[in-house]
Amino acid sequence: MANLRELSKEDLFLSSGHRMCAGCIAPVVVRMMSMAAAGRNVVVGNATGCLEVATTIYPYTAWKCSWVHNAFENAAATISGVEAAYKALRRKGKVKDDYKFIAFGGDGGTYDIGLQSLSGAMERGHDMVYVCYDNGAYMNTGIQRSGATPKFADTTTSPAGKVVPGKTQWRKDLTAIMVAHNIPYAAQVAPGHWNDFITKGAKAIDVDGPAFINALAPCPRGWRYDTADGIEMCRLAVDTCIWPLYEVVNGEWKLTYKPKQKRPVADFLKAQGRFRHLTDEMIQEFQAQVDRDWEALLKRCGEA
Amino acid sequence: MAQKVAITGNEAVALAMKQINPDVVAAYPITPQTEIVQIFSTYVNNGLIDTEFVTVESEHSAMSATVGAASAGARAMTATSANGLALMWEIVYIAASNRLPIVMPVVNRALSGPINIHCDHSDAMGARDSGWIQLWSENTQEAYDNMIQAVRLAENPNVQLPVMVCMDGFIISHAMENAEVLPDEVVREFIGDYTPQKTLLDKENPVTAGPLAFTDSYFEFKRAQAEAMIQAKPYVLEVAREYAKVSGREYGLFETYKLEDAEVGIVVLGSTAGTAKNVVDKLRGQGFKAGLLKPRVFRPFPAEELATALGHLKALAVMDRADSFNAFSGPLFAEITAAMYDSGAQTKIVNYIYGLGGRDVGLGDIEKVYGHLARIAESGKVDQRLNYLGVRE
Ligand SMILES: Cc1ncc(C[n+]2csc(CCOP(=O)(O)OP(=O)(O)O)c2C)c(N)n1
Repeated sequence: MANLRELSKEDLFLSSGHRMCAGCIAPVVVRMMSMAAAGRNVVVGNATGCLEVATTIYPYTAWKCSWVHNAFENAAATISGVEAAYKALRRKGKVKDDYKFIAFGGDGGTYDIGLQSLSGAMERGHDMVYVCYDNGAYMNTGIQRSGATPKFADTTTSPAGKVVPGKTQWRKDLTAIMVAHNIPYAAQVAPGHWNDFITKGAKAIDVDGPAFINALAPCPRGWRYDTADGIEMCRLAVDTCIWPLYEVVNGEWKLTYKPKQKRPVADFLKAQGRFRHLTDEMIQEFQAQVDRDWEALLKRCGEA
Repeated sequence: MAQKVAITGNEAVALAMKQINPDVVAAYPITPQTEIVQIFSTYVNNGLIDTEFVTVESEHSAMSATVGAASAGARAMTATSANGLALMWEIVYIAASNRLPIVMPVVNRALSGPINIHCDHSDAMGARDSGWIQLWSENTQEAYDNMIQAVRLAENPNVQLPVMVCMDGFIISHAMENAEVLPDEVVREFIGDYTPQKTLLDKENPVTAGPLAFTDSYFEFKRAQAEAMIQAKPYVLEVAREYAKVSGREYGLFETYKLEDAEVGIVVLGSTAGTAKNVVDKLRGQGFKAGLLKPRVFRPFPAEELATALGHLKALAVMDRADSFNAFSGPLFAEITAAMYDSGAQTKIVNYIYGLGGRDVGLGDIEKVYGHLARIAESGKVDQRLNYLGVRE
């Protein structure tokens, strides 16, 4: 692994000046994947969402590699078609170079509307990496709840009201769902732990077959924290064990980071406006669920 | 040497696909198209072709993967029917907008609901404004010939539009007919090697495909797309002329049958044209001047040519195997009458909606339509514009 200074000199496939919001972590996710892919030819597929709309406002593009956007729910199917074309054209001698294929989708485009397309692509075994940048809501359309939104979060379709206090359901465990596809590589990452992220990104890219990466991507608008604090939000999510870092290689679960001291979930929740309405009881309920999930993960990883 | 074979429509289309040997096919089964993907997969798995066959989990993904493959410079195809086409709908438009030369056989079947597996044209008619070229087939021979011409047409640098090849579900897809198929080399030479204008797989020239176009550019994209369709007509004819040289079979924008001196006529798409030709023959034998026009190219819509061919008729029935549910007419009627009005023709025109959900259309049904036209021709008056044929009211 190169050091951060060397990595920052890499010619990344997403340029600066890309028009994402100040403090958005999604482009950080993309740039870390770009660092992970250093030295390879990459074709990127992108689901409709913040990343796609902000980076390709015609006639401009922030993408230095070849990039394709088709629609919202079909980034996985689209890039699987690109990968199939590559295989066929390589076989016929019409394409000479090696290419790697990376799809990026938000949590809405991945956990929800694009789940079928993603499941199909993973099951078929295309040689591709699907990266979900999970900002925990449909941000592009104005912060609506998704299957990835944490319980109790105040969003524009799960507003903290007088009767219903925000989202009433727990998150879907998408990474585990992807593991259940028996793919050779799946991992959870957060940009606060850049070394862990880039190492996993490179493994995902180099593994033969489909790989899935779930990347935490805090959103200052949706989560309501100061634009400078995105990476701090990542660290809080990891250290509270709300967003554990692990990888699953050919079905073997492995924890890649264990907080020395598990911080209370309140540290994460209280740092964000979307959880401002939470009562102590709700915070306790949240803590209990995170504890259960963490214990279960430790067992899966052979740590408990 | 071309070969005469007994073959079903689905077999002929699958054979055409084998001869085309596309780089990528992504498809999903649906009656009555299913056989095409089944047969095609046996070609792939027995090593007869080297297509990358992507067995997607839905038609939405079939069209999505096909768009991805075509964007990566592959000759890419899919195939579907009815609900499958409906599920693709969003991406069908994107394929055309991105100017991807995809070829897709559509084995016409009624759209749900109620669910029904039999022929009508509601599926392809629903996609008539999606920006795809549409070629329609009367029989197995035409389906096969259209498939091969479609590749060359779609990929013509001046066209660069996707093409739907329509054939009637079951009536053509599952019926055994005699057809002449071309030798593999002739097809291969006719379609030529495909060189994409742009591809995702060119590291020296990266492309951003499918960007966001706002109010300041979206309209220009659409205008360019509209122009491509406007300009496509001569290329449809050019490809047909070239195809005639290798096949001996002539194709135009439409086919006329005993129309030149006819007093009354019908316009009908697909296999029903075959039935109607028999009726025309019978009526002609009785001294009745009946004629027929069968559109082949519905997109681009050959308005002037159609009006010229039909303008001398006293009475005309436009037959629609799909309803628009607009309380006015079926889709073909609306466009033909617009073309006729524009040309100043005095022809009286009625609409017949027929054959929905595979309802049989017999010789007697068509005769009834001609009978109606005879009455209109004599009285000079349209008594009823919108008519439903062969339905219990
Ligand atoms: C079929 C379809 N439904 C809805 C939309 C509207 N839409 C565009 S982006 C988006 C939300 C994207 O959310 P997510 O995937 O979480 O990505 P983010 O915007 O948060 O980056 C929605 C609902 C669409 N483009 N297509």
